Amino acid sequence: MKMIRRIMVILLMCAVALIVGGSAWAGDTIKIGIIGPMQFVQGKGHWNGATLAAEEINAKGGINVGGKKMKVELIQSDSNEFLNVTDATNAMELLMTKEKVDFVLGGFRTEAVLAMQDIAMEHKKIFIGCGAAHPELCTRVAENYNTYKYFFRGTPFNSKLLVKTSFLHLKFVGDILKSQLDIPALKVAIVAEKAMWADPMVTATEGFLPKIGMEVAGIWRPSAVATDLTAELKAIQSSGAQMIYTIFSSSVGIPFARQCGELKIPAVQVGINVEAQKDGFYEATQGMGNYVFTMNTYCRGVEYNDLTAPFVESYVKRFGETPPYTADTYAALVYGLAPAIEQAGTLDADKLVKVMEVGEHKVPSGVVKYMVDEQGRQLHDLTWGPGYLTSLGVQWQNGKPVGVWPNKWKATPESQEVTYKGIADYKIPPWVIEAYKKK
Amino acid sequence: MAFDILITSLINGSTYAMLAIGFSLIFGVARIVNIAHTAFYMVAAYCIYFTTYRLGFNPISAMLAAIVFVAFLGWIVYLIFIRPIREHEQAVLIGTIALAIALQELMLIAFTGDYRTVPALIKGFAQIGHAKVFYQQILTFGSVFVVLGLMRLFLMKTKLGLAIRATAQDRETANLMGMDESRVAMMAVIISVGLAGVTGAIIVPLTTIEPFMWNHPLIMMMAVVVLGGMGSIKGSFYASFILGFAEALVVFLVPAGAFLKGAVALSIMIIVLLIRPAGLFGVQFEEER
Repeated sequence: MKMIRRIMVILLMCAVALIVGGSAWAGDTIKIGIIGPMQFVQGKGHWNGATLAAEEINAKGGINVGGKKMKVELIQSDSNEFLNVTDATNAMELLMTKEKVDFVLGGFRTEAVLAMQDIAMEHKKIFIGCGAAHPELCTRVAENYNTYKYFFRGTPFNSKLLVKTSFLHLKFVGDILKSQLDIPALKVAIVAEKAMWADPMVTATEGFLPKIGMEVAGIWRPSAVATDLTAELKAIQSSGAQMIYTIFSSSVGIPFARQCGELKIPAVQVGINVEAQKDGFYEATQGMGNYVFTMNTYCRGVEYNDLTAPFVESYVKRFGETPPYTADTYAALVYGLAPAIEQAGTLDADKLVKVMEVGEHKVPSGVVKYMVDEQGRQLHDLTWGPGYLTSLGVQWQNGKPVGVWPNKWKATPESQEVTYKGIADYKIPPWVIEAYKKK
Repeated sequence: MAFDILITSLINGSTYAMLAIGFSLIFGVARIVNIAHTAFYMVAAYCIYFTTYRLGFNPISAMLAAIVFVAFLGWIVYLIFIRPIREHEQAVLIGTIALAIALQELMLIAFTGDYRTVPALIKGFAQIGHAKVFYQQILTFGSVFVVLGLMRLFLMKTKLGLAIRATAQDRETANLMGMDESRVAMMAVIISVGLAGVTGAIIVPLTTIEPFMWNHPLIMMMAVVVLGGMGSIKGSFYASFILGFAEALVVFLVPAGAFLKGAVALSIMIIVLLIRPAGLFGVQFEEER
């Protein structure tokens, strides 16, 4: 009996040692939480990008932390943030308390990321946002640096700059229509899904169009999940608009493009259509998505710099699709976090923040440099413009996305022209040419 | 513009009518408020996507397979899930909400949240006056009348149809007359869910397939059914076109408020209910007489 008791005690001690020792073993890896809506393309992008990065880093033996090579261990966390923001906060809380991750990358919906940000900051963990565009995420850093300094924007650049870029696209296409179709004054239909993020964009567009000599033909605000847009399209055609400025992040982008193409509405689509950023867009629109123009981060065949093609091609080879912008978890990890850890020689968040917020580094979509605000306070927000991040204007041509902007773009009259390698010419849909050439 | 509004109203209305007719049937006969009705429509849509793109079926075979599968699923669900709690209306109501969410989650796991579409049965559009109308929309519009005609024939000319009508009028008396009320209810459920499948099959080329696609049609279908009068197929038919017309008016007359089209339609429903609580053609049930 005594022997059995002894064995039991030894087994118990072994179990305790294993549990305690587990965390010691975990100390040999850097645990990185990847949080996002994993059932959706955005979350898959987060995970795939990070997976590629982790494989690449681990193949080289890991990250050198003060002379000790540590491998990267990814922890996937489904935020379910499209459906429930509470699920997102719970997921972040679990990453902090149960998984005890060292860093977090991801997030998509601003409403969810704001809440997730608070949790990560409370635990003083570096959180690199790779999806949400709202400026508030970074103004928090400037206004309350001690609390929010652990947050960095990884992608995309903030929504004010997204609007600015989108207006450049609008003018770019407008100039082509004016010159090729000899239309002196263009009418633009603004079609924006009914969502909070789109509201200020609609107001800004209304104010911007007259400044570049364009007229607002009307504003349509369909539901973000509308499936039948034929009524709106008929009304747009009646309004005489030659351009449709789209502001879509949700499923409405598919039926709108499909029905617009099927009905041969004589107006070109320009703007933001998140669904048109995906490789499956042409199939999803049953081949009717040709000529749709949208802002995008990556497009096969277009190179911002020498890092673009290796990343895009290895992503396509591994996952069978062009990386969505949320796959910039790759860049955040390989070119942002890992070099910062090696430079600081530690995983200490406070020391890493000091390293990460200064300097600039090349990524597959340009160059990352963190901005300061007008008062010189750190924002941890991404710098936009030639030489930094600009994104692309992509048009669907013959069933494939083709990069068409920037094409001889000058940010200011004095600036040098910018044209990325692989950029092609914008094409006007034939039915639009037919509708206006004969007039 | 008036012609555009008219055409759009007819197309919108026919879509809602397709869904509401099946829902009305099951409520009128079995007093089952099947919240999962549009979830079956969603399953039919996925079924068509799956059989078309993964199994290589042609569109017609895919549609037929979807209708049969969904009707079979409805039968299984009725036997396992609804029949044991049928007498407790509140339990059925809550249970079918749970069922709808379960079906949504299953589709989310199986197909992820990506948006998908299927090709139209007849591609292209017709120019009617100044209005462009998809052939698929015309097909949907025509299908409503075909389905209604077949339903009428079935209800008026067959023994089962007679039993369904009798049960709808007075369950207890129908039971006393020797009709197997439970079996009649089961058949009504199968037909109703089958109709959801038919709706999915006809409408799916006009819509985007995703796991949450059942939410908006559910709200509109409930509005149609309540406006028309719970359990009244005729009422559902008229109410569908009234709400379709309201939606078209909003889109054409207040373009910046196009997202409000659902809210306006629901407001009309509430106003009608305040004036006529039983809806336009509300069915009188035995306990109310």
